[in-house]
Amino acid sequence: MSWDWQVFCKNTLEGTVEATCWAKGGDQTYLEWMLQAWGWTLSVAACAWVVAIVVGGLVGTMRTLPNSPIAVRIGNAWVELFRNIPILVQLFIWYFVVPKLFPSMRQVPGFLLVVFALGFFTSARIAEQVRAGVQALPRGQRYAGMAMGFTTAQTYRYVILPMAVRIILPPLTSESMNLLKNSSVAFAVSIAELTMFAMQAQEETARGIEIYMAVTALYALSAFAVNRVFAFIERKVQIPGFIVAGGTGGGH
Amino acid sequence: MDLSFFSWDLISKYVVAGFWFSIQLTVVSTLGGILFGTVLALMRLSGKPLLAWPATIYVNGMRSIPLVMVILWFFLLVPIIIGRPVGAEYSANITFIAFEAAYFSEIMRAGIQSIPRGQVFAGQALGMSYAQNMRLVVLPQAFRNMLPVLLTQTIILFQDTSLVYAIGAYDLLKGFVTAGKIYGRPEEAYLLAAVVYFILCVSLSFLVKKLQARIAIIR
Repeated sequence: MSWDWQVFCKNTLEGTVEATCWAKGGDQTYLEWMLQAWGWTLSVAACAWVVAIVVGGLVGTMRTLPNSPIAVRIGNAWVELFRNIPILVQLFIWYFVVPKLFPSMRQVPGFLLVVFALGFFTSARIAEQVRAGVQALPRGQRYAGMAMGFTTAQTYRYVILPMAVRIILPPLTSESMNLLKNSSVAFAVSIAELTMFAMQAQEETARGIEIYMAVTALYALSAFAVNRVFAFIERKVQIPGFIVAGGTGGGH
Repeated sequence: MDLSFFSWDLISKYVVAGFWFSIQLTVVSTLGGILFGTVLALMRLSGKPLLAWPATIYVNGMRSIPLVMVILWFFLLVPIIIGRPVGAEYSANITFIAFEAAYFSEIMRAGIQSIPRGQVFAGQALGMSYAQNMRLVVLPQAFRNMLPVLLTQTIILFQDTSLVYAIGAYDLLKGFVTAGKIYGRPEEAYLLAAVVYFILCVSLSFLVKKLQARIAIIR
């Protein structure tokens, strides 16, 4: 078989090849469409990442609180709930069931519902890592905070969390890459992201291999960029002499 | 919310077939994935660049793209490679074996590396060849050490099988979605699907925990 990379310069409406690969007026080439889809993928992943970090951080911390068995229980239940249902099913529930059950959610745009689905799904995994990170610290750290007269909140803010975050940076890196990859499930609710583009453009142009190659490359590139950003952060916040325990994130 | 449409009739008509496919896909891709994953892990640890490099590229490549894209790729490529159209279910099996092999290989690699060097030396001292040493000394222990992790990966794999939705294969989720469409109750069907997946995954992880306590090697 032969390559036909010109497919990306084709106008999506007329199917004619644009000389500049950039269509005039309101039209679009497949290249433009793909870049737009890439933008959607990155936006979904970035917004979901913020939700996941905030919720995951809170729930994970909750699960390590001393003398609050109820908070620990709620945190554990949260993790079990969001970890044991496939992301696609969770996405369908957010997108189709939640607006039906709660009329106030009907105004919420579909984009945000996908962000919630991905964000909460990932929050359970991050909560698990945060818990592990906090528990990896020697007990003396907590006692040291207490001996300084810190409240529990202060102990977490100034002693425990700064260290725990550094410990969990490596697994957090892979989880963030997973989040980016998992954003591909948004195709199932017709968000115009990369996978959706791949499926539709493949059908329209019948040049599946070229389209998939480009989309795959964009995913790999984005995941690699996430990886580099985290490696940079890790170097920046590193404390000399403090050797971080190795950890790996499972799953995908 | 009206769950009264839910009946045994509906389950046996739409859900059971999907359920069996999900289970079949999970079992086949776990076994196939562990088999090829172990081969990949051995290639990477062989110390021979000609073997290690391709395996490394394969594993890292598979791990850096979304599973949905891998599913789409194989659905496109398998018919071209074998020269005849294949069903989504057939393609899904091949995809999951190939994809999960990358993840299982990382687990097996960690497992093999967790075996103390002394074990390998002991095998060599007994005059065992590389293959004998691997088969009789290293791999059985690596496998035992990694069994809980392998099973946890299997639970994740089971959840991931729902992504064959992308190519329209008839799995557990598709069974519920179809039933919901036919009975005009899609929302309830999604919720029921969530409950079924939840119960299955929670019971499986409970079993893994039990097993972990039983087989742990005390050192």
